[in-house]
Amino acid sequence: MEYLSMKNIKKSFGDLEVLKDISLHVNEGEVVSIIGPSGSGKSTLLRIATMLETLDYGEIHYLGEAAVEIVDGFSVYAKAKKLREIKNNFGLVFQNFNLFPHYSVLKNITDAPINVQKRNKKEVMAEAMELLEKMGLSDKADYYPSQLSGGQQQRVAIARALALNPKVLFFDEPTSALDPELTSEVLKVIKSLAEQHMTMVIVTHEMNFARNISDKVIFMDKGVIVVEGSPEEVFNSSNERMKEFLGKLQN
Amino acid sequence: MSFEVMLEQLSSGMLKSMMIFFLTLIFSLPLGMVMCFGRMSKNKIISGITGFIISILRGTPLMLQLMVVYFFPYYLFGWSIGGWRFPAIIVGFSINYAAYFAEIYRSGIEAIPKGQHEAAHILLYSKPQEFFKITLPQVIKIILPAMTNEIITLVKDTSLAFSISYIELFNLAQQIAAANTTMIPFVVAAIFYYVFNLIVSVVMRGFEKKLSYYD
Repeated sequence: MEYLSMKNIKKSFGDLEVLKDISLHVNEGEVVSIIGPSGSGKSTLLRIATMLETLDYGEIHYLGEAAVEIVDGFSVYAKAKKLREIKNNFGLVFQNFNLFPHYSVLKNITDAPINVQKRNKKEVMAEAMELLEKMGLSDKADYYPSQLSGGQQQRVAIARALALNPKVLFFDEPTSALDPELTSEVLKVIKSLAEQHMTMVIVTHEMNFARNISDKVIFMDKGVIVVEGSPEEVFNSSNERMKEFLGKLQN
Repeated sequence: MSFEVMLEQLSSGMLKSMMIFFLTLIFSLPLGMVMCFGRMSKNKIISGITGFIISILRGTPLMLQLMVVYFFPYYLFGWSIGGWRFPAIIVGFSINYAAYFAEIYRSGIEAIPKGQHEAAHILLYSKPQEFFKITLPQVIKIILPAMTNEIITLVKDTSLAFSISYIELFNLAQQIAAANTTMIPFVVAAIFYYVFNLIVSVVMRGFEKKLSYYD
C-alpha cells in the first residue's frame, strides 16, 4: 500500500524557488533516504510532508487520503479536522531533538499519547518503558533532557515519535548535531527500525548509512530530484552532479 | 509621641501599602497576560492598539496615571469621587504594572525556541495544550528574574499612592515626621520597605530554585 504520495510539489520563498515540481512515493515498509547538498530543498520537502510548512502547489496523500488536493488548478488543504486525522499518520524526528526540557524523559514520551490521543495511562506507561528499553535507555526514564548526551536525547526523541504509533516516521538530519560516536548509536536504532519494516523517510548526510538501510535513495539538488532509485543505482549513477557530490564527500 | 505609638501607626500604614501591593499583583498579573496576547496578536489593529496603550502606560509617570484614574469620573461625568480613592489606586497600579508585565511575558514567549512549537505541533497538541503545557512553564522560568525586579519596584512604588492623598506607609511617615519634627519615621519606613522587599526576593528566589530542576 502507498503510505505517502507527494505529487508535483512546488515551493518558493520569495524569489527563491526551493522545490521545482518534486514527486515522492513511499510504500508501506519502505525506507527512503533523501540525500543532497545543503540548500537542495531536502529539509523543505520534509517540512512540507509533515505540514510544518505549506506548499505553493502540489498534492499530498497519506494512505490514500488527501491532505492537499488540486481543485481548479489550486492546491487546497483538507479541513482542519480531517487534516488532524491525517497528521496522526506520521511522526517526525528533528535535527535538534526538540525534547521538552521541563519534562522528564518518560513524560516527554507519554504526555502526547495520554493527553492528545487520550489513551490509557497505564498502557502508555508500559509501552514507553518498552520503547526506552529498545533504545537502551531504561535507566534514564526519570532524567531530564539536559542531563543526557545528544545521542541519548535523539533516541528519546525517536521513542517519543514512536509512542504515537505513526505509520510513517520522518527524520530530518537526525545525526547532524551529533559527534561520530553518538551518531552511530542513533543510526543503530534507526537501522533496527528498518529491520522491523518501519516506513521511514530520512533526510541525511550519512551516505554509507543511506546506502545500507534504504530501499530507495533520492538525490536532490537545487530543488529537483537528480537521481532516484535503489541504493546501487544511485550510488553508481553516471550522473555528473551525483558523481561530483559523492566525490567531494570522499575527499 | 512615644516610639511605640509611632511604630503602631506606621505598621497600619505598612498594612495599607501591602494591600495595594497584593491587590495590584492579583489584578495586573493576569491583565498583563491579556495585554501580551493583544500585543502579539496577528491582527495588526489589535496589536497596534495594544502596543500604543502599553507605550503610553510605560512612557508616562505612574503618579500622573493615578491622578487621571482618580479624577476622570469627576471631570468627565461630574460624578462624586468620594469612595473612589482606594479603588482608583488599585485600578491605576494594576493597569500600569500590567503593561510592564505584558512586555516581560512577551520577551519570555519569544525566547522559546521555534522547535518547541514545531514539536508540539507534530505531536498534535491543541493550541491551549501547547500554551499551558509546553510554552507557559518554560516562559515562567525564563521571566522570573525580570519579574522579581518589577515586583520589588512595585513595593516601593506603592508610596506613589500619596499623590492622591491615600494614607499609606510613606504618607503617614511624612505626616508624623512633620508633626513631631523628627526623621525617625522615615528611618522606620525605610526599614519596613527594605524588610518587605527582602522577603519578596527570598520568596522569588525560592520559585527560581523550584524551577531549576531542569536547564
